[in-house]
Amino acid sequence: MGGHGLYVWLAYGATVVVVLANVVSIRFARRRYAREALALERRKETAQAAGLDVSA
Amino acid sequence: MGLRELWHRLGSPRWFYTMSRNWPWIFGGLAMALLLTGTLWGLAFAPPDYQQGNSFRIMYVHVPTSMIAQSAYIVMGVAGFMLLVWRMKLADMVLATVVPFGMSMTALSLFTGAVWGRPSWGTWWEWDARTTSMLVLLFLYFGLYALRQAIPRQETAGRACAVLALLGMINIPIIKYSVDWWLTLHQSASFTLTEAPAMPISMWFPLLLNVLGIYCLFGATLSSRLRLEILKREASTQWTRDIILGGRL
Repeated sequence: MGGHGLYVWLAYGATVVVVLANVVSIRFARRRYAREALALERRKETAQAAGLDVSA
Repeated sequence: MGLRELWHRLGSPRWFYTMSRNWPWIFGGLAMALLLTGTLWGLAFAPPDYQQGNSFRIMYVHVPTSMIAQSAYIVMGVAGFMLLVWRMKLADMVLATVVPFGMSMTALSLFTGAVWGRPSWGTWWEWDARTTSMLVLLFLYFGLYALRQAIPRQETAGRACAVLALLGMINIPIIKYSVDWWLTLHQSASFTLTEAPAMPISMWFPLLLNVLGIYCLFGATLSSRLRLEILKREASTQWTRDIILGGRL
């Protein structure tokens, strides 16, 4: 690359990392929320079955 | 669907969630195709610049990230306006979900610009009008993130962020016209919507592909994050509970 290889690959490398981080972070956030929300709903169902007030 | 009906429906996060089911996949697929083609073309097939040699290839990542950093902020400004004037819930969600992508693209623009500046200007950084105003843009993104985290009440946080987003909009024309208003180190626009580009097609076409690709990437990440934000904020409703219990998340 005529001596400019380090700069070009540094710029492209950083771009790939940032783009992948954006995509991956969304997937992780979605899975984490799905786990937490499902666990909360299950706890609510259990509490309701036991006759407890879960309206709050 | 008429404009009036569309406007009315935008007030319903549930409608948007249903309508946008395929958006992340469509935009994501387009983004991947465009960015891969543009990047490979720019790296392997575009001829080297007669002055800058191969370092000019950084343009194919620097220019798209710079453009989307500003466009994302404009989206937030518009969303902020819609929140303050019409109190649209979806507008606040857009305002919250654009920040991570916009911030990362602004930081990437500054980094790739610095990396390009070293071989072409002989320096990693100059307090040039364009570079300084882009740094201000990054600080505005940080400010929006910090402000939302600092205010516990969602409605108040949304309004405060909307005000900051709107005030920060003054920075966008400063960034755009800085290379024309002041004597700057930074070069003027690589291409514009109104004039034919000065560079040959083998050089500007991969740039066009990457610019379109990064806008599609913005569409994919925004629609994906927005859909998740809708589920979180509407968690007390039956339709979101059905989605979660049905494993359709």
